[in-house]
Amino acid sequence: MAHRTSAAIALLAATLGAAHATPDASTRAGWTRAQLAQLRAMAITELDPLPPDPTNRVADDPRAAELGRRLFFDTRLSANGRVACSTCHQPERAFQDGIALAVGVGTTARRTMPLAGMARAPFLFWDGRKDSLWAQALGPLESPVEHGGTRPQYARVIADHYRDDYEALFGPLPDLTLWDAITYVFVNIGKVIAAYERQIEFGASRFDRYVAALTTGAPGEGVLTDAEAAGLRLFIGRANCSQCHDGPLLTNHEFHNTGVRPRPELPLDHGRLTGASAAVSDEFNCRSRWSDARDRCAELDFLVTGAHTLDRAYKVPSLRNVAERAPYMHAGQLATLSDVLDHYNRAPAAVAGHSELRPLRLRPVELRQLEAFLRTLSGPVLVGGRTPPGPTQ
Amino acid sequence: MKAIHTMLVLALVAALCTLTACSHAMRMIHGTGARRPAASEFGLGPRASAAGWYVATLEPAAPLRPRKMLTMRLVVRDAAGRAIDEAAIAIDGGMPEHGHGLPTRPRVARSLGDGLYEIEGVRFNMGGWWEFRLAITGARGVDTVTFNLAV
Repeated sequence: MAHRTSAAIALLAATLGAAHATPDASTRAGWTRAQLAQLRAMAITELDPLPPDPTNRVADDPRAAELGRRLFFDTRLSANGRVACSTCHQPERAFQDGIALAVGVGTTARRTMPLAGMARAPFLFWDGRKDSLWAQALGPLESPVEHGGTRPQYARVIADHYRDDYEALFGPLPDLTLWDAITYVFVNIGKVIAAYERQIEFGASRFDRYVAALTTGAPGEGVLTDAEAAGLRLFIGRANCSQCHDGPLLTNHEFHNTGVRPRPELPLDHGRLTGASAAVSDEFNCRSRWSDARDRCAELDFLVTGAHTLDRAYKVPSLRNVAERAPYMHAGQLATLSDVLDHYNRAPAAVAGHSELRPLRLRPVELRQLEAFLRTLSGPVLVGGRTPPGPTQ
Repeated sequence: MKAIHTMLVLALVAALCTLTACSHAMRMIHGTGARRPAASEFGLGPRASAAGWYVATLEPAAPLRPRKMLTMRLVVRDAAGRAIDEAAIAIDGGMPEHGHGLPTRPRVARSLGDGLYEIEGVRFNMGGWWEFRLAITGARGVDTVTFNLAV
């Protein structure tokens, strides 16, 4: 009997030893082959080269990016001389402002969006009412609560302070008594700011280093804690996060109703339902006479408008650096990451349209694991591959 | 008698639920309950339409990848293999497991002859099982073909 028991123990030890000596590549660190493929597809190294923007002929001109950078920080582009793009998109805060509702000349109805990777989004703003980065940049300039100024005023700033740099890119400044000429200069302000913003991208996070370790065959141990790895497992599994937060930017660039309550002090808005229609009729969209590629507007050509599913749907943001940019949602309704996870766990009904969520029924420990994982998505925000130099350098 | 009455009421409620927005709400609470077809039901075709009038094959210009705007060629033939030209083709689809449709409105951009059609504006905004449904209206009438695609 004792003999048989010790033989069984020896067999068990040999089996365990063999398993340890030849780790199965398909279940590295406990991940299946399919899960490993999904994790690799979420790594920042999988990001495609920045797609061109044919609607903006100076999009990739370094002179345009430099002029755009200077305009981005120039408070003369405002009604009161105190608001620049960088007032809300602060480089030292990963190009956002950390407050629920953005404050320019007045207070807006929206949370400031971060800028990294935005050149890759087909539609801009929380409701996607703009279809290019340059068209987006023009919106806040004319919003009475953001920059609050006017086209003639902005064209004057170019004539008085940036004439040489402007003319090197676009030729002689036109007669600024004509409205079309003023609008042309205004549009070019948007195009050079977009050229600058196109350079703002995410760097690698701890999550990316974990995936790199798994890919090279290292176990990835020590890069993520057990709790963080458990959170990642939930993220791509039962918590359903990766249904929308997928790919290297952890977004599908779509718009979804997730039942986020409107702020009681703001009028009820309908998100993508009005945003999609606004994109079609926008003065500065891809098909407009201000676009440099009016015949290449696939996003508008195949756009879904007027559908019930668009009601109170909002942009799916990238989750990169999510822990660094509380508060959350399109009007900063949720103060902390744990509030956000609690929202997804409960899945409250929407006040208009239909929420696509259903309750996750995760336990408190699982919510903490998810939050721990989300914190591994923080990394540098780079401008042209470097840490941003700030306004004065 | 009372049991029969209760059952009738329940059946009525279930029928109403199926017909109204209630089914949408139920889906959100319990998942869509859609069952993924067998692996043999997936693929780009050739695939026969519901009534067997047409056989359709998809030829994507590039491998199906999530979040990319895609162009596809579609080949439509009849059961005997003859090319079907000048058909009207309506496109629909979605993710049965998630209860949502296509994120774009794809359409046939041009008919190339010999049963070939070019479809533009297809995008699958996430990986997983997608249904891609075509309603083909040819000389014989309308018939539908459903592709199950793994993106």
